[in-house]
Amino acid sequence: MDIDLVRGVLTAVIFFAFIGIWIWAWSSRRKKDFDASAALPLEDDTHLNNERENI
Amino acid sequence: MREQVSPRRSPFNSISICRDRPLDTTASYNDKVVRQFTIMVVVWGIVGMLVGVLIAAQLIWPQLNFDLSFLTYSRLRPLHTNAVIFAFGGSALFATSYYVVQRTCHVRLAFDKLAAFTFWGWQVVILLAAITLPLGITQSKEYAELEWPIDLLITVVWVSYAVVFFGTIAKRRIKHIYVANWFYGAFIITVAVLHIFNNLAVPVSLFKSYSIYTGVVDGMMQWWYGHNAVGFFLTAGFLGMMYYFVPKQAGRPVYSYRLSVVHFWSLIAIYMWAGPHHLHYTSLPDWAQTLGMVFSIILLAPSWGGMINGIMTLSGAWHKLRSDPILKFMIVSLSFYGMSTFEGPMMSIKTVNALSHYTDWTIGHVHSGALGWVAMMTIGTLYCLIPRLYNRDSMYSTKLIDVHFWTSTIGVVLYAVALWVAGITQGLMWRAVNDDGTLTYSFVESLKATYPYYGLRLIGGLLFFSGMIIMAYNVWKTVSNNKPVPVAVLDPA
Repeated sequence: MDIDLVRGVLTAVIFFAFIGIWIWAWSSRRKKDFDASAALPLEDDTHLNNERENI
Repeated sequence: MREQVSPRRSPFNSISICRDRPLDTTASYNDKVVRQFTIMVVVWGIVGMLVGVLIAAQLIWPQLNFDLSFLTYSRLRPLHTNAVIFAFGGSALFATSYYVVQRTCHVRLAFDKLAAFTFWGWQVVILLAAITLPLGITQSKEYAELEWPIDLLITVVWVSYAVVFFGTIAKRRIKHIYVANWFYGAFIITVAVLHIFNNLAVPVSLFKSYSIYTGVVDGMMQWWYGHNAVGFFLTAGFLGMMYYFVPKQAGRPVYSYRLSVVHFWSLIAIYMWAGPHHLHYTSLPDWAQTLGMVFSIILLAPSWGGMINGIMTLSGAWHKLRSDPILKFMIVSLSFYGMSTFEGPMMSIKTVNALSHYTDWTIGHVHSGALGWVAMMTIGTLYCLIPRLYNRDSMYSTKLIDVHFWTSTIGVVLYAVALWVAGITQGLMWRAVNDDGTLTYSFVESLKATYPYYGLRLIGGLLFFSGMIIMAYNVWKTVSNNKPVPVAVLDPA
């Protein structure tokens, strides 16, 4: 097979993969999971002995 | 103590649970290794920036090398770059990635002993660099100067890092992998690949080796490595930091999680191709130069997508900027990220590069990124992180954080402006020709024109450095006399 054809097909595949990532990320089915994930940095630490010293 | 464990439930019930991995109610996060790396960030930041200030002064007063071989500019410059990138930046990435991966996976770090090895191994690498580089033991590859025995040690430490990080991801108790971990993961994998392939060499003695690459292939390998060190070490890794600590400090989730997904995939796919812009107008084939230029320009899109995502995280909470110097550090850092990721693609355009290349404009650009983006994000993150690691509500002094913020900001601005003017002056003087085709200026004349700006740059560097000293005092007062308390692993349900 011609190497240029392979290159062309590869470019097209990568382009559609990129479009696919957009569609996947904006799909409404993702929203619930994404919202839950986005909240992860906001969790507070809990100490094992459950008391804070030196505050 | 352990009987007092309180119910530890995540407030976010919708997070998927991996029920086959029950929680050990006495489990705590491994914060010891995070604390160790965190303290070393401050130490290596001061060391690396002090060397930077010294060599900036040597450019004005060459006598400052005191005629000692190990204090010459040529040997201290790689020491400076290695110290700030790999010792200061590297320790910050180790510390925060270990912290973030545990908190966002609700699980203790995998392999405690291996994690401890990554800390001590990395410190040994740094010490070996600090000894060998001033002695002139070098592979002569920029940002990859360290000789082969140290390269082997780096490889072992880095693979251990990957095992610890991905081992933790593998036993996570949250189904979705938080976006910060994607950035940290890409950084770890890519740096491993870059380091191994760029450093392939034939050793001829314990302290000397020769690269297996020659000529233009060597050049291309080097800048494939060099630019991806910028793209993955200094960008992807610190974006991981940004995606966790900016939301944490702002108290709001990231502006758009969807955008962060697209940001990740487009950034890592495009960065890999930008390296040839370091080799414009060299013997590298023209098509490869143009490819590097085109990909560099395309990079503007994901870079600004990420910057906007970070800054907009504060939307609706802008008032916090007035009272919180930690957020100021983060937002100014993102602004510098946006500025230098605009400047970079512009400088990669061949016609602009014809003016800017080999001038101090390049050094100014690097420091907008390294001081403005990387260091200021690291500093903001450390001020957010250290109180949490040492069982306090906040740093010893918020006022001193504010002082640090202003010294840093003024320092970077002075530095960048000085080298813009210096670089453009040099570029214009070097390219100026008389009617008969001879050069208008000798090189020494351009050097003479640069002197005042070297002075301004030294002042900028000194200001930034003095900020780090203020930080060290603040950190010392925060951590001394504070006993760290184990933090419980959160239940995902």
